[in-house]
Amino acid sequence: MSTLLEVSGVSVSFDGFRAINNLSFQIGNAELRAVIGPNGAGKTTFMDIVTGKTRPDEGRVIWGEKSVSLLRMSEAKIAQAGIGRKFQKPTVFEDQSVQENLLMALKNKRGWLGVLFYRPSKGDLEKVEELAAEIGLKDELTRKSGELSHGQKQWLEIGMLLAQEPRLLLVDEPAAGMTPQEREHTTDLLVQAAKTRAVVVVEHDMEFVRRLNCKVTVLHEGAVLAEGSLDHVTSNQDVIDVYLGR
Amino acid sequence: MERSFVAKNPSVLVFLAILSLFTLGVTVLSEGFGIGVISTSFVKTLGKTLCLCLIAVAMDLVWGFTGILSLGHFAFFGLGGYMIGMWLMYERTRLIVVESLSQAEIPPTSSEVVDAIGTQIFGVVGSSEFPLIWAFSDSLFLQLALVVLVPGLLALIFGWLAFRSRVTGVYLSILTQAMTLALALYLFQNDSGLRGNNGLSGLQNLPGVTASQDVVSVWFLWASAFALGLGYMLAAWVVSGKFGSVIRGIRDNEARVRFLGYSVEVYKLAVFTLTACIAAIAGALYYPQAGIINPEEMAPIASIYLAVWVAIGGRGRLYGAVIGAAFVSLLSTWFTGGQAPDIPLGFYTIKWVDWWQVLLGVSFVLVTLFAPQGIGGLFDLWTNRRAPQRHGAALGPDESALREKEATE
Repeated sequence: MSTLLEVSGVSVSFDGFRAINNLSFQIGNAELRAVIGPNGAGKTTFMDIVTGKTRPDEGRVIWGEKSVSLLRMSEAKIAQAGIGRKFQKPTVFEDQSVQENLLMALKNKRGWLGVLFYRPSKGDLEKVEELAAEIGLKDELTRKSGELSHGQKQWLEIGMLLAQEPRLLLVDEPAAGMTPQEREHTTDLLVQAAKTRAVVVVEHDMEFVRRLNCKVTVLHEGAVLAEGSLDHVTSNQDVIDVYLGR
Repeated sequence: MERSFVAKNPSVLVFLAILSLFTLGVTVLSEGFGIGVISTSFVKTLGKTLCLCLIAVAMDLVWGFTGILSLGHFAFFGLGGYMIGMWLMYERTRLIVVESLSQAEIPPTSSEVVDAIGTQIFGVVGSSEFPLIWAFSDSLFLQLALVVLVPGLLALIFGWLAFRSRVTGVYLSILTQAMTLALALYLFQNDSGLRGNNGLSGLQNLPGVTASQDVVSVWFLWASAFALGLGYMLAAWVVSGKFGSVIRGIRDNEARVRFLGYSVEVYKLAVFTLTACIAAIAGALYYPQAGIINPEEMAPIASIYLAVWVAIGGRGRLYGAVIGAAFVSLLSTWFTGGQAPDIPLGFYTIKWVDWWQVLLGVSFVLVTLFAPQGIGGLFDLWTNRRAPQRHGAALGPDESALREKEATE
């Protein structure tokens, strides 16, 4: 399997605190990966680095077949290159309708002139409806997203990510604050998404990770502690000591 | 969902209808074209108010929709005024000079004419030379182009520097204010080339036009109304589509927009520059009606007033900005013009000329605290744009859904 994203030897420190310490990570083209680890293990910082929000002090982040370095690209350029990110807190544009949110995310020209003269085509509107159906919001298209429930907002955000048609999806705690039924739906969405693209899920909840049924990477103090199937890593003594034992 | 622009924005039609009726009404009542109920000076006040409404629309676009609290848009307004003022002053002085020199026995050379114009215009600051920036002042066409180009370029350069380094929020406001102050202070200097604190005057006289001010004032009212109508439609169109979605997204969560792949800085720069150009056009229509422009007009306080108008009118909705600018500036004219009756309290008499600003300040604070939607929010009561009433039912399908109380908070 060819590598889509390769992070190697990355370190970053904030005011002397080493948030990421010589971290290396790889993910292939259509792969689902769960990243777990205790608080402060550097999970979110790792996502910040990949999406361009944080610049690492050293190391390389290489993307795609052409092996481009992401370190010199702006957040917007990285997103355009095909990396989508879902935040821990659902961040949808609450003042705008579900449809507006999805249309904004839909893969189209991102330049300001193109956007200024853009009017949704029939195909775009159909795509939005399909997506809305997939995330269970077909009847809520014209509602303001601020009125949606917490879980629906999470789905809307996942829907926006899918609309971007990214090649790599970074998802930060997608199941936080969801009911069991909502979690199940979310698992299905992610597993489905990972069939055609790479998906990295950062999650605390072991049950959720188990249902994803994928390779797991355990982070600790900014470095990879263990990697493998969930059963493999949960039987690892180091992992038990730093994470599960607590 | 495929509907025309007007169908999706009925408020644009309503606005244009009201604006046309207003213009027609004033024309019929004016001294120049109608029965003369409204004095020419009041026609000018109304015309100027329309220009202020136009810059308020620009301010709403940049602040209410994009979330950039610019305290510099009156600088662009003033620059627009200066640019058209240069031509008005040059051309009018030239006509006077040519007229007086034509009495001379030897016909004047063209350089003599230019020197005489220079002496006339710059004598007041102890100079007679034309500064470089007056190079195009003999051409109406070029000066009209400069009305948009100079403020546009300034906004482009300033905005590029500011947005590129990700200056946001109150820091950006301070930066724009500093720019305005620096520009005003520069123009106050006699050697700035724009007659220092004297500014440009006599702008109400259109060169080569023999019609009286009664008539000219109505012409400018029409032009201002036309510009406001166009500006309003442009702004409504800009915010109606996906571009509007993106800039409102930038206002609400800049980082998220960035992760969607939109280059936030470019969008901000586009809006900032576009609104600077609209502001400049408003200024170019305003100052010929005011008759005089000086650097005092561009002082930071003017831009702060602009923010107050938009806040009181209701930001994030274009008609709110127009209502705010019209309401507050007309009220301000009434209070500061000495027409408002003083209130004797026995021990102290409230003179509105002094106390108007206090009243304005207090209402600004009250509006911000208690009615963030501004005057425009009153329309919500009428059109029911309130948060939906669900009588306590869950908003979503299952238990985790927000209850009505949470959603309406």
